[in-house]
Amino acid sequence: MMDRRSFLKTATLGTAAACVSTVAEARPNLEPSPEAVGMLYDSTLCVGCKACVSACKETNSMDPVIHGGNFQYDSAMDLSSDTLNVIKVYSNGTAEVKDSETDGFAFEKRSCMHCVDPGCVSVCPVTAMRKDPLTGIVTHHADACIGCRTCMGGCPYNVPQFEYDEAFGRIQKCQMCNQEGVERISKGGMTACAEVCPTGATLFGPRTQLLEEAKRRMTLKEGDTYNYPRGDISKPDSYHEKDLEANYHNHVWGEKEAGGTNVMHISAIPFDKLGMPPLEDRSYASMSETLQHTLYKGMALPAVALAGLTYMVKRNKDKDGEE
Amino acid sequence: MSQAKPLGGTIFTPFFIAMMVVFAIGMYFLGVRFMNGIGAVANINGGYPWGIWVVYDVVIGTALACGGYALAITIYLFNKGQYHPLMRAALLASLLGYALGGVGAFIDMGRYWQFYHLMMPKHMNFNSVMLEVGLCVATYILVLIIEFAPAFLERIGAKGLLKALDKVLFLFIAIGILLPTMHQSSLGSFLVAMGYKISPLWQSLYMQPVLALLTALCMGFSIVIFEASMSKAAFDLDDETHLLSKIGKIIVGLLTAYLVVRFGEIIVHGKFGLIFTSGKNSVLFILETALFVIPLVILTSEKKRNNPSTLLWAAVSMLFAGSLYRFNAFLLTYNPGPGYSYFPSVGEIMVTLGIIAFEVMTYIVLVKTLPVLHKPKHA
Ligand code: SF4
Ligand code: SF4
Ligand code: SF4
Repeated sequence: MMDRRSFLKTATLGTAAACVSTVAEARPNLEPSPEAVGMLYDSTLCVGCKACVSACKETNSMDPVIHGGNFQYDSAMDLSSDTLNVIKVYSNGTAEVKDSETDGFAFEKRSCMHCVDPGCVSVCPVTAMRKDPLTGIVTHHADACIGCRTCMGGCPYNVPQFEYDEAFGRIQKCQMCNQEGVERISKGGMTACAEVCPTGATLFGPRTQLLEEAKRRMTLKEGDTYNYPRGDISKPDSYHEKDLEANYHNHVWGEKEAGGTNVMHISAIPFDKLGMPPLEDRSYASMSETLQHTLYKGMALPAVALAGLTYMVKRNKDKDGEE
Repeated sequence: MSQAKPLGGTIFTPFFIAMMVVFAIGMYFLGVRFMNGIGAVANINGGYPWGIWVVYDVVIGTALACGGYALAITIYLFNKGQYHPLMRAALLASLLGYALGGVGAFIDMGRYWQFYHLMMPKHMNFNSVMLEVGLCVATYILVLIIEFAPAFLERIGAKGLLKALDKVLFLFIAIGILLPTMHQSSLGSFLVAMGYKISPLWQSLYMQPVLALLTALCMGFSIVIFEASMSKAAFDLDDETHLLSKIGKIIVGLLTAYLVVRFGEIIVHGKFGLIFTSGKNSVLFILETALFVIPLVILTSEKKRNNPSTLLWAAVSMLFAGSLYRFNAFLLTYNPGPGYSYFPSVGEIMVTLGIIAFEVMTYIVLVKTLPVLHKPKHA
């Protein structure tokens, strides 16, 4: 009888300790850096030309992905270790009207969102994913990476991609064109995908300005005329005027999702239709770290546990007198 | 000194040779993996970064190797010295299970030639569950080697060393209880960071470590019953049912605690309805729960607990329950979003089977050559 009761007691105590301490020490979401840079992708402006896909490949020295007999365009269907940026298509029914949820179609860009509280950084055991404290850009460092691929599971957007077809593969992801050897942002430039975008659907700039711009667009109505900037919102190359053909869906993706992202999206269609994941405001990174740090805070709990264990084992072993 | 003896006898039985064949096939596919990349063998992809090499070899394999851990708690924390006869075999099985879990993690590592970065402070990320699991498992393998060393030292007759080791062994036993407590619970914490990809019936933002630990302990005790029963049949050993049935009683306590936490979490978070409305996941959940309840029902009855065959069935059901729980959470209900699916390839399965075959072969060789098991008195 003794074992069962004491086991139950231990189990219950452990459970209780885990609950109580977890609640007490929650680590909140990380906050956006005031100087963070990012991008705003406006699905209603995107014409699906995929200039950004080609520019991205060129900047990152990657081969185009060719499907069937189509040699004109890069026809990558999803992110892969050869594709850091892809334009996907939503289509419904007859797919005739742009930016209409029913019988319509819409475009959606997929690339690293440069999360404010990135899962990939939190889970990587060897700090091979790093977030720049000023710009907020999340870079990958293959020279540190062990290839465990925890970052792929920990990224809510399935962004990091491993080169499975190489004997000595590596993780690939969009590093906002700022990895060593490219460093477009550090040199004062903008991302390649924003630079080549003919309509300003992909717009580069400081996160704060992009967020303001996104919210301004939310207030527009179908039929309104708006002057859209191209390139870098802090110093636009040019503008173009356009009449709104559809109302914006009132939601800036990335303002809050899982702690927010520096790459934000707006569109006329709800984001779950565009394949965005079901995220709430709290980041998984903050929840996982809360749990981990509660249990291992300064290794104090394990140290106390070890002291107690050592005492008990020694006592019981001596009493036993064998093995 | 223990009363364990090497069993002796031929090593190359037909069963052993069959294991060698499985191992050889596994090695062939492993060669392909190292020559042409993981993708040349495994079906993992952009949405499913972990396949059976992680989920079976590491997450389930190490839980199945918790026998040494579970017995150490019983013997040294709850002072039940009568379980000593089971300890060495359990330690050996734990050592093999963990060592091969380590091997599994290594072959799955995309950039294995840099694995030592895990041990370099300048690279370490202390927020990472993976870091803790990696370091903890690696250290525990060393501790298991030390804990098992007396069997080897007895065999070669190194009396002085044996005595010296015995003086400090208590420290390693204590570490050997702490480490699995840490990493077995952390294997559950992995799921938290994967967020929505884990089905709500298996996701719990705070209870994961508790659930993982309780099931690992149940699996540890069950594998002790399983191994002892198998060894008894295979090598014609003494009957240990009186000890094993007491272990069955411990499992009842742990299993009850597990089911209370598991269902408590589901009910408190208003997820009870999902048990019946989640399609494929509902089937998996109900199957999993049934496998957990079967050993509870069997082991609660004193009569069934004392019957070697029903006791074995309870243990087997428990092992399947804990394994399915892990498979469900990490793979079968894992959902990274539309466009991705995963089913292991033949090569992937063969690599895992090859690893298991190696484990079985090593176990057989060692119990025949080292003092691990207790030889029958009537022999
Ligand atoms: S989108 Fe994924 S890869 Fe990019 S920063 Fe966020 S977690 Fe990391
Ligand atoms: S694959 Fe590399 S970058 Fe990703 S978590 Fe593992 S070590 Fe870090
Ligand atoms: S920021 Fe650079 S790397 Fe990222 S999607 Fe755009 S072009 Fe590609």
